Amino acid sequence: MTEERPAVVVRDIRKSYGELKAVDGVSFTVAEGEFFGILGPNGAGKTTTLEIIEGLREPDSGEVRLLGESPWPRNVKLLPRIGVQLQASSFFEKLTAKEQLQTFGSLYGVSPGTAADMLELVGLADKANEQENKLSGGQRQRLSIACALVHDPDVVFLDEPTAALDPQARRNLWDVLRAIRERGKTIVYTTHYLDEAEILCDRVAIMDEGRILALDPPAVLVRGLDAPTHVMVQKGVLSVVDASALDGVEEAHENEVTLTISTRQPAPVLSALAERGALDGLQVRTATLEDVFLNLTGREYRA
Amino acid sequence: MTAFRTLSLAMLKGFVRDKVTLFFTFLFPLMFLVIFGLILRDVGADKTRIAVVGDGQVVSALRDSGVLELEQYDDVDAAVQKVKDGDLPAALIVRGQQLEVRFAQSDQVKSATVLGIVNGFVDKANVAATGQPPRFTFSAEKVEDASLKPIQFLTPGILSWGVAVSAVFGSALTLVSWRRKQVLRRIRLAPVSATSVLSSRLLVSTGVALVQGGIFVGIAMLPVFGLKLSGSWWLAIPLLLLGTISFFALGMLVGAFAKTEEAASAAANIVVLPMAFLSGTFFPVEQAPAWLQAVSKAFPLRHMNDGMLDVLVRGKGVEALAVPAAVLAGFALVVGFLASRVFKWEE
Repeated sequence: MTEERPAVVVRDIRKSYGELKAVDGVSFTVAEGEFFGILGPNGAGKTTTLEIIEGLREPDSGEVRLLGESPWPRNVKLLPRIGVQLQASSFFEKLTAKEQLQTFGSLYGVSPGTAADMLELVGLADKANEQENKLSGGQRQRLSIACALVHDPDVVFLDEPTAALDPQARRNLWDVLRAIRERGKTIVYTTHYLDEAEILCDRVAIMDEGRILALDPPAVLVRGLDAPTHVMVQKGVLSVVDASALDGVEEAHENEVTLTISTRQPAPVLSALAERGALDGLQVRTATLEDVFLNLTGREYRA
Repeated sequence: MTAFRTLSLAMLKGFVRDKVTLFFTFLFPLMFLVIFGLILRDVGADKTRIAVVGDGQVVSALRDSGVLELEQYDDVDAAVQKVKDGDLPAALIVRGQQLEVRFAQSDQVKSATVLGIVNGFVDKANVAATGQPPRFTFSAEKVEDASLKPIQFLTPGILSWGVAVSAVFGSALTLVSWRRKQVLRRIRLAPVSATSVLSSRLLVSTGVALVQGGIFVGIAMLPVFGLKLSGSWWLAIPLLLLGTISFFALGMLVGAFAKTEEAASAAANIVVLPMAFLSGTFFPVEQAPAWLQAVSKAFPLRHMNDGMLDVLVRGKGVEALAVPAAVLAGFALVVGFLASRVFKWEE
C-alpha cells in the first residue's frame, strides 16, 4: 500500500436520476493493492458509484481519477488496465467456460492459452468444456470474475460478486478473491453482506442513500462503536445472580440454553469464569459491522 | 484482427449450437419450399375429363391425341347423369356417324373447350373422309413465356424470405440479448471498436445466407422439384449478400427498440411476415391486383425477389441487378443510419 499513488481517487461525485439522488457527494481514495469494499443495502448507490468510476456513467458533478486518468468519456487507454465483472449472466450464448474466457480475452489481445489458464485460478479447470448455462450459480459467478481478470488488469471492480450464492459457494469465492489480492491487484467491490466485508476488506465504506456514512478498516469501525462484548456459556454453569456479581459485568440474562453476559471488559470476565471452571459452551461475540450500520443509521440492517 | 476473428468464431459457434435458430434458418423455409413445391408441381397439367358413350373413328382419334381424358360409359343416361351432377363438364355420345355433346352450362369455359376440341376432330375426320388434301394447314410450336413453373418462382422467393428472416432475427435477437445480459456493456469496457463487433456479427449472417442459398437451391434442383437454373445464377450471390446487409440493418433497428427477446421476436415477425406475403414469396406478385403490386414496390424484399428471379431462373444479366441493388443498398444505408441513431448500449 503506497499512499503516494492511489489507484482510485473520487472527489465529491454526484448523480441524480430525476428527483432521486443516487450518489450524493461521495469522496474516497483507494490505494494500490488495497481491497476496498463499498457496502450498504440495495439502492444505497453502490452500483452507480462503481459505474461512474469505471467510466460507464458521467457524474453530474465531481471528479474521478482512475490510475491517474479520467475514465469519462470512454478512455480506451485505460480500459486494458481495469477489469470489470458484471452480472453473472453476461456471457456469449452457447459457449463453454473456456470459450467464454478466450472470447473475452481476445477483446484485449490475450492469447487463447493464457485465457484458459484463468480457469485454474477460479477453480473451474474441470468445467472448461461445460456450456455456461450448465454451470451452477457459484460457478458462473467465478467464471464471470475470471472473465474480468483475463487480461491481467491492475484494478478490478466486482459488483456484488457473492450475491445470491449459497454459503458454501460464497466461501469458495472468498478464496478466489483472496487469491486475486495476492496477485497484487487493487480490488474495489460492493456487497451487501456485512460479515463478508469484515473478513475480506482492508477498508470499507458504508453507504446509505447515496452518501458514505463511515470509512475505515472494519476493525476500527467496530472498535469505534464501543459496544459491549457478549460472552455466552452453557446455562447452569453459573447462576444469573453470580454472573451479574462478577467484576466488569454490565448485565446478565439467560434463556433455556444459554447464559449471556454483556461486558466492556471481556478479559477479566473471561478469567473469572475460567477460575470457576464455568467455560462450558463458551462463545464470544463482539460487535459487527451490522451493529455499526445500526448505530449509524438508527435502523436495522436489511440486505 | 484477432478480436474480429474470435468474435466471429464465438458467434458462429453460438449459432450452430442453437437448435431453434438452426430450425428457423434452414428447415422452416425448406418446409415451405418442399410443401409448396409438391402441392403446386402439377398445377396446369390437369386435363379435362369427359364421359364417352360408344366408339368410332373420332373417339379413337381423340383418345390417341390425349388432349382430353375419356371416361367410357355403356349407358347414355349414366353419362348424362354425371354431367348433371357436375362431376364432368360434358358427355360425348356416339350413335354411328352422329356425334352428340351434352354439356354443363355452369362451366362455360370448360364446355367451350370441349366443344371446340370435339368439333375440330369431327372436321378433321370429315376432311379425311373426302380423300382430298386439306387446303389450309397449320402447325403449332411451344414458346417459353414469362409465366414460370411454380418451383421456378418459389425458390428465389423462399430463398429471399429465408435470408431476410434469419438476418432480421439474427441481428435483432443478438442485440437485445446482449444488451439485456450486459454483454454489450462488457464489450464497451474492452478496448475494441463497435465496428469490429458489428462486422463480425454481419460476417456470420452473410455466411449463413450463403449456406441457405446453397441448400435451398440444391434441394429445389432435385428431380422431384425440377428447378432449372439460368446461366447467370451466380449473380444471385452479390444480391444475397446485399440483401443480408439490408435486413441485418433492419434487425438492428428492431433490436434498438425492443426491450426483451420476446418483444424483438414479435416485432421482427410483424415486419417480416406481411412483407413476405406482399413481396411474392409464396406466389408470383404479377398475379396480385395492381394496387398491391404498387404497394409491394415499397418493400426491399420485393426487389430482392425480383432480382433473384431474374438472375436465378429468367437468365437475365447483370443489368437486372441495377434496380434491386440500388434499392437494397439505399435501404441498408437509411435504416442502418436510423439504427445507429437509436442504438442503446444498455437498458
